[in-house]
Amino acid sequence: MPVATGEHLYGMVIDVDKCTGCGACSVACMSENNIGTLPDETDKIRSITWLRVYQIDNGRPYPDTEVAFFPRPCMHCGGSWGGFFQQDADPEGHHTPCVSVCPATATDYDDETGIVSQIPTRCIGCRYCVAACPYHARYFNWYDVPWPGGLEQSLSPYVAPRMRGVVEKCTFCYHRYQQARDKEFAGGEFGEMDYQTACTEACPSGAITFGDLNNPEHQVSKLLRQRHKHAFRLLERLGTNPKVYYMTKREWVRKRADNYLPGEKIHRFAVGS
Amino acid sequence: MSALDDSRFWPEGVKRCSPERFGLWMLCCGALLAWALLSAFLCLYKGLNQTAMNDYFAFGVWIVVDLAIIALGAGAFFTGFLTYLLRTDELKNIINAAVIIGFICYSGAILMLGIDIGQPIRGWFGFWHANVHSMLTEVMFCITTYLIVLIIEFVPLILENRQINKIPEFNVFAHHLHRIMIVFAGTGTFLSFFHQGSLGGMYGVLYARPFAFREGFMIWPWTFFLFILSAIASGPSFTTLIVMLTEKVSGRRLTSHKVKMLMAKISGGLLTFYVLLKLADTYYWAQVTSAKAGVPFSFFYSDGPYGIWILILEIVVGGIIPAAMLLAPMVRKRYGLLALAMVLNCFGAVMNRFVMTIQTLAIPVLPFEKFIGYLPTWQEWGIAAGVVGYGFIIYSLAYRYLPVFPQEPELNKG
Repeated sequence: MPVATGEHLYGMVIDVDKCTGCGACSVACMSENNIGTLPDETDKIRSITWLRVYQIDNGRPYPDTEVAFFPRPCMHCGGSWGGFFQQDADPEGHHTPCVSVCPATATDYDDETGIVSQIPTRCIGCRYCVAACPYHARYFNWYDVPWPGGLEQSLSPYVAPRMRGVVEKCTFCYHRYQQARDKEFAGGEFGEMDYQTACTEACPSGAITFGDLNNPEHQVSKLLRQRHKHAFRLLERLGTNPKVYYMTKREWVRKRADNYLPGEKIHRFAVGS
Repeated sequence: MSALDDSRFWPEGVKRCSPERFGLWMLCCGALLAWALLSAFLCLYKGLNQTAMNDYFAFGVWIVVDLAIIALGAGAFFTGFLTYLLRTDELKNIINAAVIIGFICYSGAILMLGIDIGQPIRGWFGFWHANVHSMLTEVMFCITTYLIVLIIEFVPLILENRQINKIPEFNVFAHHLHRIMIVFAGTGTFLSFFHQGSLGGMYGVLYARPFAFREGFMIWPWTFFLFILSAIASGPSFTTLIVMLTEKVSGRRLTSHKVKMLMAKISGGLLTFYVLLKLADTYYWAQVTSAKAGVPFSFFYSDGPYGIWILILEIVVGGIIPAAMLLAPMVRKRYGLLALAMVLNCFGAVMNRFVMTIQTLAIPVLPFEKFIGYLPTWQEWGIAAGVVGYGFIIYSLAYRYLPVFPQEPELNKG
C-alpha cells in the first residue's frame, strides 16, 4: 500500500473482468477536462487521451481467444518506498518518476491527497516527464486545439484548457476535489460520493471505483481488502508504486500487466495491507 | 590590391585563401543556416507538430545532436584543465581551437534547445522554479553558466585580432584576462564535470525505463560517471580531428604532430578506462538491473531495427578498437591512422548518446505496448544542419582572422 503523509490518499480500483472496453470513461474524461480534438486525429500517437483504454488478448487462436481491457488513467505513482523494484532495502527510495525529473517543478506530488498535479502554465515543454513515464500517461500538446464551430462554448469553466507546447495528463479530476472541499468549508459534509472522477461516474458496468485508500469505509479500501488476491498494478515491480489498482480472476490478464523473465513466476505484491 | 582584400585583419605571418573563395564558403554555410532559420520559424510559428516527435518519442534527433555535441565539445574544458591547471604547456598550441569548438558546441546546443522546448519563452522557469531533484535542472544551470565561461575564454582571443589589438585598452584587457584564465579554466572544469555527468544522469535516473536505468553511487547513477568519462575521452579527439580537417582544407600545418599525439594519448588512456567501466556497467545492467525489472537483456535487442549489432557498434567499433589504436604509438605517429582512430572514438560517443536517447524511448515498457518508429522530418534535420553551418561559420571566421594556432607561422615558414 502506498505511504501517505497527509489526510487522504486517493486511488482507483478497476475491475478488468467488468470492463467491456466501451470507452465511455475516455469520452467522459475528455468532456470533463476540456480535452480538445486535434487537427489530425488519425495521428494516434499524438492524440490526447488522459484515460486510454488498451485492448489486450491472450494470444491464442479462435475459439480460445480471450480479450480484456485496461483503462489507463495517470497512475498517480507514489514512488518506490521499498527501494529499486521493491526488492532491495533502500531507505532513499525514489520520487514519483515524472515529478523528480521536471526541471521547472511544473508537476508535483500532493502529500495531502496523493495526487500528482500538473501545472500547464509553468510547464516549459521539455517533455522529460513524458520520457520518464512508462505508462504513456503524459501527453504533449503538439497542436493548438482548434475548438471548431462554437465548441469552445461547451468548455467546462472548472478546468483551464491547455496551450500548445505543454504537457498534460489525468489529474483524478482534481477540480472536483476542490469543489468538495469548498462544500465542506461552507459547512457541508465531505462524503465519499462528493469526490468522484468523471470516468468513475460514466462507467456503465461499474468497473471503476474511486475513493480514499486511507479511509477503510470507502469502497476502494473495502474492495482491496476483500479481493486482495485478485488485485495488482501495472508494472508493479518497477517500484513506481501506482495508486490505480486492477482486479481480475484471469491469470493471463494479470501476467500481461508486468514483465517477466522466461520461466519466471508472477510476483505477487501485498495489496491492502 | 582588391577592394575585398582583408589581409590586414589576418594574424601576423600567416596566409589565408582569397576573399572571393572565403565568401563562397560562407555562402554555402549560410545556406545551411537559411534552412535552419526556415525550420526554426515553422517550429516556433506552427509548433512542434512540424517534427516527427510524438508522445512515444518525446526526444528526437535534436536531443541526440545536443548530447553528442556537448560531449564532443568537452575538449574545451578538459584541454583547459590540462593546459592551465595541470600546466601541460604543449597543449597551449591547441587550446584556442578547443575553446572555439567548445563555444560552438555549447552555444549551438542551447540554440537548439530553444527550439526543442514547447514553450521557449518560459525557458527561464528552469532557473526560477528550479526543481533540485531534476538532473535536467543541473544541466540547465551548468550549461548556461559554462557557456558564459566559454565566452570569457573566447573574448581574449577575439581581442587579439591584429587590428583590434592595436587599441591599447583592448590589448591590456586581453592581457589581463589571459593572466587570470586559470580561474575560468577551473570554473569551467567544475561546471563541465557536473553537466556532462548530469546529462548521463538524466537517463540513468529513469528507473521506470529499464533500458536506461542504472543503479549507482548515492544520488548519481553509473551513467553520470560514464558520460563524464566518455566526454573527456572523445572531446580531445574531436578537437584534434577538427584541427586536422582544417589542415587538410587549408593545406597548412597548424600544430605540430607532437601536440596531436599528446591529445591522442590522453584520449586513448581515458577511452580505455571508459570502455572497461562501460563493459562492467553493461554486464551488471544485463545480469542484474534489467533482470530485476523482469526484462531479459535479449528483449532490448529483439524489436525494431535495434539488434545486438548496435551494442557491438557502440562498444567495440566506437570503443575498444579506437582505444587500442590510440594507445598504440605506431598509430599515433601516422596521420591517417590517427585520424581514423579519432573518428571512431567520436563515433562511439555519438552512438552512446543516440542509444541512450532513441533506443530508450523506442523500447516499450508496458508488455502490451508496441514498438514505435521515428524518422525525423526535414525541419528537424534543418535545425541540426543549421548548428553545423553555424559552427563552420564561427570556426572559419576565427581561423581566418584570429591567431588561433601559435605554431602556424613557424610550421609554415619557407
